[in-house]
Amino acid sequence: MNMPPSGLPSGPRKLYVGRTDIFPRAIDGFYRRLKWAVMVVTLAIYYATPWLRWDRGAYAPNQAVLVDLAHRRFYFFAIEIWPHEFYYVAGLLVMAGIGLFLVTSTVGRAWCGYACPQTVWTDLFLHIERAIDGDRNAQLRLKRAPWSVSKIGRRVLKHGIWLLVGLVTGGAWVFYFADAPTLAHDLLHTEAAFVAYATIAILTATTYIFGGFMREQVCLYMCPWPRIQGAMLDERSLIVTYKDWRGEPRSHGVKRSEDSGDCIDCQACVQVCPVGIDIRDGAQFACITCALCIDACDQMMEKVGRPRGLIDYATLEDCKAEAAGAPPVPVIRTLLRPRTLAYFGIWGAVGLLMVFALGARNRLDLATAHDRNPLWVRLSNGDVRNAYTVKIRNMESRPRTVRLTIDGVAQGRMWDSLSDDHKAGRAILLTVGPDRVDEHRIYVQAPAAGPAAEALAFALTATDGSPDRATDDDRFDRPETQP
Amino acid sequence: MTDRKIDEATGVPTMGHEWDGIQELDNPMPRWWLWTFYATIIFAIGYCVAYPAIPLLHRATAGTLGWSSHGQLAEETAKAEAARASIRAALARVDIATLDAHSPLMQAAVEGGRAAFKINCAACHGAGAAGAKGYPNLNDDDWLWGGDRAAIHQTLVHGIRQPGDDATRMSQMPAFGRDGILKPEEIADVVSYVRFVSRQEHASASARRGAPLFAANCAACHGADAKGGRPFGAPNLTDAIWLYGGDRETLTATVTNARYGVMPAWDKTLDAATLNMLTAYIHSLGGGE
Repeated sequence: MNMPPSGLPSGPRKLYVGRTDIFPRAIDGFYRRLKWAVMVVTLAIYYATPWLRWDRGAYAPNQAVLVDLAHRRFYFFAIEIWPHEFYYVAGLLVMAGIGLFLVTSTVGRAWCGYACPQTVWTDLFLHIERAIDGDRNAQLRLKRAPWSVSKIGRRVLKHGIWLLVGLVTGGAWVFYFADAPTLAHDLLHTEAAFVAYATIAILTATTYIFGGFMREQVCLYMCPWPRIQGAMLDERSLIVTYKDWRGEPRSHGVKRSEDSGDCIDCQACVQVCPVGIDIRDGAQFACITCALCIDACDQMMEKVGRPRGLIDYATLEDCKAEAAGAPPVPVIRTLLRPRTLAYFGIWGAVGLLMVFALGARNRLDLATAHDRNPLWVRLSNGDVRNAYTVKIRNMESRPRTVRLTIDGVAQGRMWDSLSDDHKAGRAILLTVGPDRVDEHRIYVQAPAAGPAAEALAFALTATDGSPDRATDDDRFDRPETQP
Repeated sequence: MTDRKIDEATGVPTMGHEWDGIQELDNPMPRWWLWTFYATIIFAIGYCVAYPAIPLLHRATAGTLGWSSHGQLAEETAKAEAARASIRAALARVDIATLDAHSPLMQAAVEGGRAAFKINCAACHGAGAAGAKGYPNLNDDDWLWGGDRAAIHQTLVHGIRQPGDDATRMSQMPAFGRDGILKPEEIADVVSYVRFVSRQEHASASARRGAPLFAANCAACHGADAKGGRPFGAPNLTDAIWLYGGDRETLTATVTNARYGVMPAWDKTLDAATLNMLTAYIHSLGGGE
């Protein structure tokens, strides 16, 4: 029997805190302009890429970046990747991972603050909201205001534009998976595949919900990256820092004394924060380092005639040094240190390895399968004939003539089942279509005298001067008992 | 210990039991879970009404939609048949003997024939068409009745030794021993001669005695040079391929009792398209002429 401990509130205690709406105030400044630039560049890349053309000749699509799921090909400018070459994509993912480590250990969560799609689209949605409802204070007033024609009108307009942005976002995504002009025409004439409309609908919904409603909650509760920061950041990584040694103790408005710090507790840094945190509480996982509080604080410091940089990009180590009276450290020093150089080295090595592998990759492949039933066929002149299914993969987007040769079985001769040149010899020329796997049935005939199983290797070489070459080891079977 | 009470911190009743000082809150099921559960029950009722669901003595309830797995199979089979109808019609019309070996239609014929062979022919000729004793290997270049597409088609359509079919393949080797045409020692000499011309034995006195016997009794069909005669279905006796066996014992049995292989006339069972496809497939196996 446990008696309830005394001192607890009598009513039921809430275990969860609901979200409070955030209305970030608009701000201008260096970092805001940087964010504008990044937003323009990233959105331009996202929307324009599917429309870039790249001439690959008559046998391959002319879209620069195309994920052709139907034919299982991935096109990226001059590079064409087959499904069995998917390790290049794995290599890109490895590079992306290490690149994220590199960026994080140097400039902190620059990805989160500037380039992450969640940040970019949330930013876009916030601008739309401000354009319609006004800035922070107007939005707060509108929220409290009773429903009126004007309020309903604004709400309808805002959600309508949000949905439109979502629609355009989802609409751009599908163009990566089909010929963009054709698909655009089909979409407008309601002739496109159902999956295209379904994808657009789903991405419209997620964009609308993530950008319009969930916003910072995606970063706080859904994304693993903020949680990994603790392992990636160190005391020499750039983060957005409030220099408390300079700011504290805070003064409020005019109540200012000799020992007051630079912070005037104007709340500007809190009001502009899209995540709704107070950077003066110190480094925290919720901070996406968008640096808008730096712009806000700098503006305010200028107004009250104090030096900028009360809130600034700085490393924890430099903060300590500065607090102790040392001069500010140039940013370049945070970039060049063993840890970041090691990341850069690994990142570059993987990149070089991939570029090298891409340049040296083989564009021909050969696979042979020996007939199992029957293993061999005795011919009227006493010779033995074996049959092979030979698959030739031509990964170039043009038809090619290739030379197939056999090595082993001294007196063996081979011919293509469909060729008129019977028993041609030890090397035959075959044509293989562009960007495809062609199958040939190849016969090899040899005298019956010999081992029951003899090694026979097939080799494939290009006749167009390319070094492409492929081999496959197989065998030649004979009857076990000689008559 | 079933002493239910209200938890002070949350205001939720407890389950009333306790383990090592830990009590369990009696929170209700999450609403979304409960509603999902009710929705599945409603769905199940609807499903049972719409689809076959409740097993009865002989069959299940039919369901208001009238769906059945048999019906679906029939529907999909019909769809597949319809999709193949045009190519089957083309294959039924085509003259398989003169069809271009590189044409797409020929490729379709070979693939169709591969499937039809497994169903109709593999029982005797084997799944790989390698044959067995008495059943010819269709991969090799030795043909009793001819190995071009016209001859293969003819054999397929009319069969071998089929009564009532005027065009059937019919070979009539006498049973030299059983009918007393040759004495057993003469048969031994003929066998020696046949094994000599097929390079399985060196010349011997027996083979020399067999030569005139062969010329008198066998050459009419098998040819003076023993290379066979296709009009009579008489095999080439000089090559390395034996339908029943080239050893002395088997040859003696063959000459004594003769061999009368049979094959059905497939036009009674198969349609024109399938016969053409089988022709194309057999011809493609490597021995086609």
